[in-house]
Amino acid sequence: MSKIPLQFRHNGRDVAIFVDGGTNLLVALRELIGDMTPKFGCGQGGCGTCSVLIDGELHLSCLTLAETVAGRSIETLDGMKQGPNLHPLQRAFADHFAAQCGYCTPGMLMAAKALLDRNPSPSRDEVIEAISGNICRCTGYEPIINAILAAASGRVSA
Amino acid sequence: MLELRKDIFADERDDNLKEIGKGTQRQDMLGHVTGTSNYFNDHKLQGMLHLKVVRSTQAHARIRRIDTTEAERSAGVRRIIRGTDVPVNLNTLLSLINFGKDDEPSLAVDKVRYKGEPILAIVADSEREAFEAIAKVKVDYEPLPAVFDVEDALKPGAPVVNETYPKNAFIYHDVYDHQRLRFGDADAALASADHVLEQRYQMSPIEHAPTETNGAIAAPDTNGRYVVYTSTQALFFSVDTCAKILDVPSNTFHFIGGTVGGGFGGKVDTLTEPLAILGAMLTGRPVRYVFGREEEMQYGPPRGAERIYIKDGVMRDGRIVARKIRAYFDSGAYTRLSSYAAVKCAAHLPGPYTIPNVYGDVYCVFTNRTPATAMRGFGVTAMDFAIECQMDKLANLVGMDPMEFRILNAYRDGDMKAHRREAKNTALIECVQVAAEKAKWPIRDEFRRASSRKDGGGSRAAIPPTPTESRARPAAPAQQRTSYDRAPVTATREPPREPPPPPTTPPPPPPRPSAPSHGATRFSSVFGTRRR
Amino acid sequence: MAVTVKTFASASEAAGALSSDRTARYLGGGTLVMRALNEGDVAISTVVRAQDQALTRIDASGPRITLGAGVTFARILAERDLAFLHAPARSIGGPAVRNMGTVGGNLFAPSPYGDFTVALLALDATVAVAGGFGSRDTPIEEFLQARERQAGTLVLSVSCTRPASSEAFRYRKIARIKPKGGSVITLAAHLPVSGGRIAGARIALGSMAPTQIRARAAERALEGRSLDAATIAAAASAATEGTSPSDNALGSAWYRREIVGVHLRRLLSGQD
Repeated sequence: MSKIPLQFRHNGRDVAIFVDGGTNLLVALRELIGDMTPKFGCGQGGCGTCSVLIDGELHLSCLTLAETVAGRSIETLDGMKQGPNLHPLQRAFADHFAAQCGYCTPGMLMAAKALLDRNPSPSRDEVIEAISGNICRCTGYEPIINAILAAASGRVSA
Repeated sequence: MLELRKDIFADERDDNLKEIGKGTQRQDMLGHVTGTSNYFNDHKLQGMLHLKVVRSTQAHARIRRIDTTEAERSAGVRRIIRGTDVPVNLNTLLSLINFGKDDEPSLAVDKVRYKGEPILAIVADSEREAFEAIAKVKVDYEPLPAVFDVEDALKPGAPVVNETYPKNAFIYHDVYDHQRLRFGDADAALASADHVLEQRYQMSPIEHAPTETNGAIAAPDTNGRYVVYTSTQALFFSVDTCAKILDVPSNTFHFIGGTVGGGFGGKVDTLTEPLAILGAMLTGRPVRYVFGREEEMQYGPPRGAERIYIKDGVMRDGRIVARKIRAYFDSGAYTRLSSYAAVKCAAHLPGPYTIPNVYGDVYCVFTNRTPATAMRGFGVTAMDFAIECQMDKLANLVGMDPMEFRILNAYRDGDMKAHRREAKNTALIECVQVAAEKAKWPIRDEFRRASSRKDGGGSRAAIPPTPTESRARPAAPAQQRTSYDRAPVTATREPPREPPPPPTTPPPPPPRPSAPSHGATRFSSVFGTRRR
Repeated sequence: MAVTVKTFASASEAAGALSSDRTARYLGGGTLVMRALNEGDVAISTVVRAQDQALTRIDASGPRITLGAGVTFARILAERDLAFLHAPARSIGGPAVRNMGTVGGNLFAPSPYGDFTVALLALDATVAVAGGFGSRDTPIEEFLQARERQAGTLVLSVSCTRPASSEAFRYRKIARIKPKGGSVITLAAHLPVSGGRIAGARIALGSMAPTQIRARAAERALEGRSLDAATIAAAASAATEGTSPSDNALGSAWYRREIVGVHLRRLLSGQD
């Protein structure tokens, strides 16, 4: 079968891979780039755990045909840390116990980052709207909402 | 913040423990927020193959023929696995503790018993190629009558779902087709009760819907062993189950797991590991078998449905004098863990109440539905739902406040439970008191002063005479109310001003909340207010 | 056989490729086609794309607006001139789905999805479709009735007339999960008023039939009348006429029939 060459930016770094026809971005990131931070949850846009940023915009990598991101910039949770330091959102999630099984966490953090990058001081309702496409089955939404609000207001430990 | 009520729980906990009331970071939190926690699927293995299963389109059918000719030739197919390739193609999960008979194949051979049952496993170079091969498999079914209702399944002449249990009920100790609880004479007590209320409750199956679907990756190791990355919630349980099904010593496997993307009971059935390992054994390559979302929702095991009948006898003063329960667990086509759920359910009767006459029959029933499994308190939650609905209805029937009604009937330290064990460390009364306080629900002083540690035992500790055979029920007195009407006998929201009238016949005396106790004036909660 | 992706510069070339290949599907935002591939739908072996800028154009300046089939719901929400479409656009998915899902794809989304199409049906939109025969404009109602036979065609754009006022167009989606969830039922009403009386009422319902449908009996109850309590009651009681809802995990057919009149009454009387 024929492979399609594909280049894009992955967390600020240029990458080039060959994908099969029909490969989605989630599989490309996980199995070809080796970035395991976006997760497979449903493959149908219902859970949000595969969320990534494409040119700063929140997208579902499992519903994105890989070759459509040629030349674009992809951000995943793998690129969120700032050097050795946690991003304020990561710090806030840890401080506020905003993860239980941890499986929805990568998608939640990317949805939160998409929000704060555009709206640094969101209201509670805006936070809820921003993560409304992300399912947490351990049902820990309250700590997640509180963590995002804390990160927005700078109330996180150093 | 939690506050431990030392007045109730003085002996329950060492005073030197110092973790309660303090936040302690989870050891896996950094992995979670950086996305580096390793789930079973976060492993990229060289040359990995993909396994998908052909599932039954029928709820109940004989398999006449499986034609894989075209599928074998389909691009990318490495191996098609049939039931005959599975070394021990019959298992029941709790056989590891010698509970129940082997009743479930990994891959169906001559018959399918639920829609979605796996028939073949196809190992291919890519998921797409596995799907394409699946579309080319032809299964010739001879449909059989199916049964989907637990009570229908127990009727004479019902289709036999699972030949291991020809009466469609799990058999305990090789003899009993249900779990039975007998304490006192429920029929006699029902006959002399002021009111009798019989109700039917039905709970639907509930899917756990974990964000991470069930799955496993098995890879041959260089030392003849297999490394298995798995989503299982029960690592050692899964190791031994795989050892049995694949007929090898359990040290053949190196299972790696423990980081589970949501389980809730839905990841103990060890559905993906045996086939993934068998695929790796037969191809010599790493094999991944992971459920798609529709598979997880449709064919992943749910919490089983339950049907429950409760018949209670209650006196005008609010004392429950008899509780008779019939419950049916819908196990689906195979046992999995429902046999155990029924045991738990029977052990939970009649709920946290002191009732002098209790009668329970709990059945684990086979139907042509997706096999059920564990889920958060299975065996207890549905019964609790039914019992607590029933408690509200009974309170309504006798015109009592539902909170006070529960306090009146709650078990207390020293009472005899229906299982002939003394009730110890009970705290339902205090829980109800706290709930009332939090909800700003008015309850009368005598109920606010009630205590689990007072007025229990004595005549309430007696084991009543229990007939071994159930007698024919005597004719019920004409004044019995036997129907449930939402309209209360007297207003319920407004607690009755006067204490309930004395019982007409005085068997065991009702618990009378007595003089103020040490806890009466400072009505603090078990749980303090959350600090901000 | 792996999936082949064919990318074209123009919509007409893409339409040609679609009409000549029964296994081909057009990829818009991905929420339908990629989902099908992820679940193992082997009936799709060709994915067709077009990088035609016309497909993502928004023309919202005049009284008649046109949305390219590839316009996403997020873009509609960012367009102040499309305020009347913000409620239906916002009711779809979470932010990621709205960044991906398109107006054209929504026309094909099966129940319980396709909420935006309910709004377009109430607005009497026109669907511009390209096929092997060239392109043509189709009234949305006709398009939906023939939806299952539209596989070989490509939607280019939809257009509709801007409602005269914010009162004249109303939308309501009933979901079990807030703020996001599949539709139990979806309602939209276009109520042009002339001389104090409704002239040309259109009411559209989602999840009340295999495709989005009009509630014609309710429309007749409104026609030529003022929107008073008696008229609203008459329309609400006629809401189920001609509907054929089905059972799904979000609600039973019975439940949908029970609530559709209630929600139509609230929609028409301006209640939340």
